Amino acid sequence: MSDVIKIKKGLDIRLEGKAEAVFSTVELPELFALKPGDFPGLVPKLAVKPGDKVKVGSVLFYDKYRTDIKFVSPVSGEVTLVNRGERRRILEVVVKNDNQNVAEEFGAVDPKQVSKEEAIEKMKAAGMWPFLRQRPYNIIANAHDEPKGIFISVFDSAPLAPDYDFIVAGQEKEFQAGVDVLNKLTQGSVHIGVNQQKDSKLFLSTQNVTTHTFSGPHPAGNVGIQIHHVSPINKGEVYWTIQPQEVISLGKLFLNGVYDATRVIALTGSELKIRNYVRTKIGACIVPYVANNVADGHLRYISGNVLTGINIGKDGYFSSYHSQLTVIPEGDTSEFMGWAAPGLDKFSVSRTFFTWLCGKKRYVLDANLNGGRRAIIVSGEYDKVLPMDIMPEQLIKGIITLDIDKMEQLGIYEVVEEDLALCEFVCTSKLEIQSILRKGLDVMIKEMS
Amino acid sequence: MKALRQYLDNIKPNFQKGGRFEKLHSTFDAFETLLFVPNKTSKSGVHIHDAIDSKRTMSIVVMALIPALLFGIWNTGYQHFLALGQPDADFWQMVGYGALKVLPIVVVAYVVGLGIEFMFAQFRGHEVAEGFLVSGMLIPLVMPADVPLWMVAVATVFSVIIGKEVFGGTGMNIWNPALIARAFLFFAYPSKMSGDLIWVPGMTNGEGIVDGYSGATALGNAAVGKTELLANGNTFDLWHSFMGIIPGSIGETSTLAILIGAIVLLVTGIGSWKIMVSVFAGGYLMALGFNAIGANALMSVDAIHQLCLGGFAFGAVFMATDPVSGSRTETGKFIYGFLIGIFAMLIRVFNPAYPEGVMLAILLMNTFAPLIDNLVVQQHIKRRLKRVKVNA
Repeated sequence: MSDVIKIKKGLDIRLEGKAEAVFSTVELPELFALKPGDFPGLVPKLAVKPGDKVKVGSVLFYDKYRTDIKFVSPVSGEVTLVNRGERRRILEVVVKNDNQNVAEEFGAVDPKQVSKEEAIEKMKAAGMWPFLRQRPYNIIANAHDEPKGIFISVFDSAPLAPDYDFIVAGQEKEFQAGVDVLNKLTQGSVHIGVNQQKDSKLFLSTQNVTTHTFSGPHPAGNVGIQIHHVSPINKGEVYWTIQPQEVISLGKLFLNGVYDATRVIALTGSELKIRNYVRTKIGACIVPYVANNVADGHLRYISGNVLTGINIGKDGYFSSYHSQLTVIPEGDTSEFMGWAAPGLDKFSVSRTFFTWLCGKKRYVLDANLNGGRRAIIVSGEYDKVLPMDIMPEQLIKGIITLDIDKMEQLGIYEVVEEDLALCEFVCTSKLEIQSILRKGLDVMIKEMS
Repeated sequence: MKALRQYLDNIKPNFQKGGRFEKLHSTFDAFETLLFVPNKTSKSGVHIHDAIDSKRTMSIVVMALIPALLFGIWNTGYQHFLALGQPDADFWQMVGYGALKVLPIVVVAYVVGLGIEFMFAQFRGHEVAEGFLVSGMLIPLVMPADVPLWMVAVATVFSVIIGKEVFGGTGMNIWNPALIARAFLFFAYPSKMSGDLIWVPGMTNGEGIVDGYSGATALGNAAVGKTELLANGNTFDLWHSFMGIIPGSIGETSTLAILIGAIVLLVTGIGSWKIMVSVFAGGYLMALGFNAIGANALMSVDAIHQLCLGGFAFGAVFMATDPVSGSRTETGKFIYGFLIGIFAMLIRVFNPAYPEGVMLAILLMNTFAPLIDNLVVQQHIKRRLKRVKVNA
């Protein structure tokens, strides 16, 4: 095993509401939906219309500009609804599950024997390609690129994150098959980043991977941080990334010849009564998982974690890349003189609240901004939570002023939203750093193509 | 609290778009958010936010200034009675006299400054920024107690408009607004901001001062060669200078009170230790160097003693650490602070007309802070580029 890479900067936000490591059996919901919005930069083109019958693995929509990139149905049944937003933008393609599990056949192939071209073709046909994302930009990978390597972070360090050791247990064969396929896609190697504090038994027993061990607070589990410490991305270089559960899906596709949308989701957050893991599928409606299982009050339902997830509402659908549901209080109440109170129940990195004296307490945090938006005033805040050789404040200013040279020089290729999420959390001026960064990334994609 | 909240909710529509007092929207918003943390929740990005906000940050700084203010009030009274030849006057008499002198200055600075801030927020349709909460406290503390109130008002107007709002408001200014106020008065009305008579309240009028009492500050005395007053056991010895029982601007004299404020700033992490430490280090090393040369009276003042004199400590702790006008990069903070210390001593020693160099040193380095940052960023970029070459 290689040396441990110690991540020093960062922050573990001690939230109330971790999931207990047991599976609960909840029946699958009736409705599933795929959301084009989960894939940054995608312009979707519909392949189905309401009323169409679909199988598991049938194409629901595809990329308008790269038509071979397809997004497929997680279940078999009938397309019931296409929700559209402003300017007829497609928000959700909803499929009603008929519980038949009729699947499109893609044919099983031995992952060790398959050629690169064949593997790519199969992944694209079966809708597995979108799970392969590239750094920079965190968009769906381009099959014509030659990646420096493929990186898998096998632990999640975000607040209340699911435990991948628990999720993947017993699926050694599938994970290995997935890794074998990935090995065909790159001349570099397949890297995995493991956490020193965890067993990672399955991951450490995987063959044909380069293992890197990390320790330290969040964002140590972010694949971007890991790549930065192993082999940073320079201009023109590309890394591909994929998440552990997606590797297993990929393995199953090659072993069984069918698309498998199974996902284990951790139900977390202070406002959930029963917190554990459930087996479900991509795009599942969250209703059965939260029904009679949440506290009273105005709540926020987040697909993903509190830093990078999206607000999906109480009857929303899991996003394609997420393995976590977090329910927290909305916090849309006003608090009398809150800025002046000693704030013993408030969590702050700064020591302006006395909670820093309270030790390892866990906190219930809500979605309140805790203040108004201001110009950037305090300096050096972001540096403390970004374990990269990057000057976050200067980078953000470069993006705001659309200075392309500066963005490039200051390392925009190495960061994506999740890496700067903590900067947004600690920001005194309440800047929307992740959306600023996404704008910068979009500009760079345009400039570089 | 519920009743108050209800009342605010009731009158709120009047201040919103289309309401009767739409023009006063920012004003209403400022008071509402002062009373209640707003109920706004995150729309994009992270769903939870750190509890800190700009109000909290600014109010911590104001709290850190309180010891200096309280001491300044007492010292103003004490120096007055000392000049009258009644050093045994009652403690409360001194505090009362000091409060009558100092508090009006504080009130004028706040009323004038906040008034302008509200107006600008209104014109621009912004929320009122909290920056002036700190400036409004800093301005009185760097004034001599005898300064006419109208001058405080004029200086505040100048500092808020020219020093801050023309650049876009809090967060955009180049120089520290409170120092702009002081520098403005210093250059516009030098007779009221320098010399021997202005530091002790009442002396300008020359009434009832005991014979032989000069009223000059320690630095004023030293500049004209009277360094014997700085020797142990005299009026301006290290002990008096550290405690602050000497004439000077209202808040600057007591190094002790300032250090209490510094501890508040450092423990809460609001003030940058890098800047504070390097200002003191720069000043100390420079003073040591001057000791070695010893060409004039001020050069030979003991280095530690130098740090306790004039506005040096106050500037290091409260002025140089302003994150907006100071250096924003971590390496830059060391350079920036160190140069402030150096220049403060340099100006102090070589400028015969005005032995207080901190104000000018900080303003000078405020000007150069973006340049320092730029150098640090360029260095960073160069290092990142090297990485590519190593890989290639």
